[in-house]
Amino acid sequence: MNRTRIIDRTGGIFLIVVLAAGVLIPASNLLLPAGNPLHVPDYMIPLLGKYLCYALLAVAVDLVWGYCGVLSLGHGAFFALGGYAMGMYLMRQIGSRGVYGNPVLPDFMVFLNYKELPWFWEGFNIFPFAMLMVLVVPGTLAFVFGWFAFRSRVTGVYLSIITQAMTFALMLAFFRNDMGFGGNNGLTDFKDILGFPISAPSTRLTLFFLSAVALAAGYLLCRALVTSKYGKVLVAVRDAESRTRFLGYRVENYKLVAWVLSAMLAGVAGALYVPQVGIINPSEFAPAQSIEMVIWVAVGGRGTLVGAALGALIVNAGKTWFTGVLPEAWLFALGALFVLVTLFLPKGVLGLAASLSEKWKARRPSSDPTPSATPAE
Amino acid sequence: MMRLPPSVPQAKTSPSTLRTLLLSLLAVLLAGLVASIPARAQSQPDISGIIAKFGNDSYSDTSDAIAALATSGSPQAAAVVEALAAGNLLYDPASKAVFIRTPSGMVDPASGAIVGSAPATLSPVRANNRVRRALDAAAGALTLLNADPAKRLDAAAAVFKSRDAAALPTVEAAIAKETVPAVKAALAQARAAILIGKADAPEPDRRAAIQLIAARGDQDSISLLRSLPANSSPALKAAAEAGITKAEESLKFWAVVQNVWYGLSLGSVLLLAAIGLAITFGVMGVINMAHGEMVMLGAYTTFVVQELIRQKAPYLFDWSLTIALPLAFLFTALVGILIERTVIRFLYGRPLETLLATWGVSLILQQAVRSVFGPTNQEVGAPSWMSGAFQIGQLSITYNRLWIICFALIVFFTLLLVLRRTPLGLYVRAVTQNRRMAAAMGIRTGRIDALTFGLGSGIAGIAGVALSQIDNVSPNLGQGYIIDSFMVVVFGGVGNLWGTLVGAFTLGVANKLLEPFAGAVLGKILLLVFIILFIQKRPRGLFALKGRAVES
Repeated sequence: MNRTRIIDRTGGIFLIVVLAAGVLIPASNLLLPAGNPLHVPDYMIPLLGKYLCYALLAVAVDLVWGYCGVLSLGHGAFFALGGYAMGMYLMRQIGSRGVYGNPVLPDFMVFLNYKELPWFWEGFNIFPFAMLMVLVVPGTLAFVFGWFAFRSRVTGVYLSIITQAMTFALMLAFFRNDMGFGGNNGLTDFKDILGFPISAPSTRLTLFFLSAVALAAGYLLCRALVTSKYGKVLVAVRDAESRTRFLGYRVENYKLVAWVLSAMLAGVAGALYVPQVGIINPSEFAPAQSIEMVIWVAVGGRGTLVGAALGALIVNAGKTWFTGVLPEAWLFALGALFVLVTLFLPKGVLGLAASLSEKWKARRPSSDPTPSATPAE
Repeated sequence: MMRLPPSVPQAKTSPSTLRTLLLSLLAVLLAGLVASIPARAQSQPDISGIIAKFGNDSYSDTSDAIAALATSGSPQAAAVVEALAAGNLLYDPASKAVFIRTPSGMVDPASGAIVGSAPATLSPVRANNRVRRALDAAAGALTLLNADPAKRLDAAAAVFKSRDAAALPTVEAAIAKETVPAVKAALAQARAAILIGKADAPEPDRRAAIQLIAARGDQDSISLLRSLPANSSPALKAAAEAGITKAEESLKFWAVVQNVWYGLSLGSVLLLAAIGLAITFGVMGVINMAHGEMVMLGAYTTFVVQELIRQKAPYLFDWSLTIALPLAFLFTALVGILIERTVIRFLYGRPLETLLATWGVSLILQQAVRSVFGPTNQEVGAPSWMSGAFQIGQLSITYNRLWIICFALIVFFTLLLVLRRTPLGLYVRAVTQNRRMAAAMGIRTGRIDALTFGLGSGIAGIAGVALSQIDNVSPNLGQGYIIDSFMVVVFGGVGNLWGTLVGAFTLGVANKLLEPFAGAVLGKILLLVFIILFIQKRPRGLFALKGRAVES
């Protein structure tokens, strides 16, 4: 068996580009004068940071869909839960600077006549605890959900549909005011994070940089996982689940590890997303959002990790551009993207690039034929 | 008063003796009435005495006079009360004489005769809130004797609500005169309602009244029984307590019945929405995320048909849904076939890719409808035969819900018939069970795929026609149904139409029965969690297909 390198050429380029962007974009924002064509204006920083969070989320989705064959239509739930954990920390940081000036209760609780802080809000004023929850809450949900689902051998479409039911149920729950998460309006009006004002340019640049680091680290983690022996088994589960089971592997455990890890990554993406966007509300749980995440992965190239991140960037940049220029046309474009990519680009942009370069190589004698690691389904 | 049912002849007394008995009873009654009317007619001077009070133009006198009028039984009373309410009761400040202004001239209130000469300095009798209340009560009491039974029924209900003790004589007179059983029952209840609050009424009457009210068994009866005066005898109080318990039990029962009914109604909506999906997803295995948009297109077809009818042929409006049904079926079926031939055809055997592609199609369809018709809700009217409601016990059943239940069942059984008894159904089942074998037997599988998808989409379209009656017709209409539809199909068991039927009604009824305890949203969440857990236990749904075909 060939030992696959953890950092291959595409991955290396990707890591360099991400980390370089993480450094150079803030640098250009700080150092270059506003008139310079390479200057990145202030408003772009949180926008680009948002894209990086989406890219991390897409990597998480790709880990389960591309390498484990689990099409999750509920990753928005994990993303939003991570976001809510961060949002709760940020809410507690507001303290008595809220509209109602209550030192403990966030504004919406005062508004809804809460007398004291609900028990599940305790501890979120401590940053490390909140960050732990960013991992633990989505991870626990994924563990419980996956433990039941994989053990019962719920697969394929059925699994997709119940993940959708999960995020839909959570959306309905978070829309309720008595859940204690701000209902319809969600959590917003954040003031500062770790003592730094949240809308200050320096905080935004730091968050952007952290997002880039998180994306790179998330990619490396997933890449290390899928190139390990564990990853080989995972791909085997994806391509022939029954056969792998009959060979003696505990299929459900392999799936569960990837599933929980993916949920935690999604949670981290959500936690980085919230301070940059400044709001988290139940619409993040909407099933449509989760389906959109899947198309990011499909556009970039399923089962490549780099492609997933790339797809998230392409689709979201397209969305920003379209909704600015032709808001009517965005849904047409997105819809067409779904149809065309599934019909004509089953391996995504990255697959297209690979096949083009192979054609290019085929014209000249090639020395190292690498087996393509693409999903069967 | 006892009313003998018409089917008495089985009794030992011969029909003829009974008839004489009845006749004599009637005669006695009539005689009593006749006797009472002249007696009241003789009190004409009294009425003029009452009327004179209006001339004082003092609020308390006016109210007293109104109350007195209501019980006077004078034929003129209604006219006076109406005139006062309309501001047509005038008085002369100098002579205190009172007149009614009518289009044909001034009328004397007491006699109803037109007065030749009226003073020029007339002003209307004023009314304040107290007077208006008295007016309402009096009007209620007076319409009890109206010629129109529907008006009498309304009046009885009004008296039942107001429980005005002053109306008691009128109510009793009305009961004696009443011939329509429904009105009579309502009057008896109104009388009972008054008696319960009237501490000086004879005790047996009041006990009977309590029993009568308890038998109603609704919220009104409970509050009425609670209002029993505190100084009533212990026996009465006990009777009222027993009545309250009885009424509460009946209330609980009807609440459950009502929730089941709402659940059946919701179930029929789910069935309609899911039944097309049962074909495309259940039979063909295509995850059709654009299914909801097919429903939406069907609803918009109804809207367009109704708009055309409104403009060109308003007299056809009651037929609009009947006209829209085949059109919606054809239109959505064509759209479905188009989607199948251009997109889904290439994705058979790759269910997850189908899911994404059809999601894309759904986005395009939504935006297309939004661009053409605008993002706002469109007005779809109900034909006259679908509006209104009727009452069974305490359950109010609206015709549109009833029709939708019937319609959902008709669609379901028609589809079942098509799949079981027609050549198309045979081919569809053959292709879905074993595509290659079917092709070898000479079935054009590609065409059958397209037709099956068209059939599923068309059924979604006619579901849209029905749902346009109870839901907002907007571009987002379909999105509200897609998750529910999938839940129904998956819960019921993929590839099994009966499963869809059972699944839809089970989920509908369960949802509505959970609502009173958990609230609407939490009930829905609980149901979703239940389905998630259910899928763990039975990954292929309630009625799973058995056999090799399932393994793929």
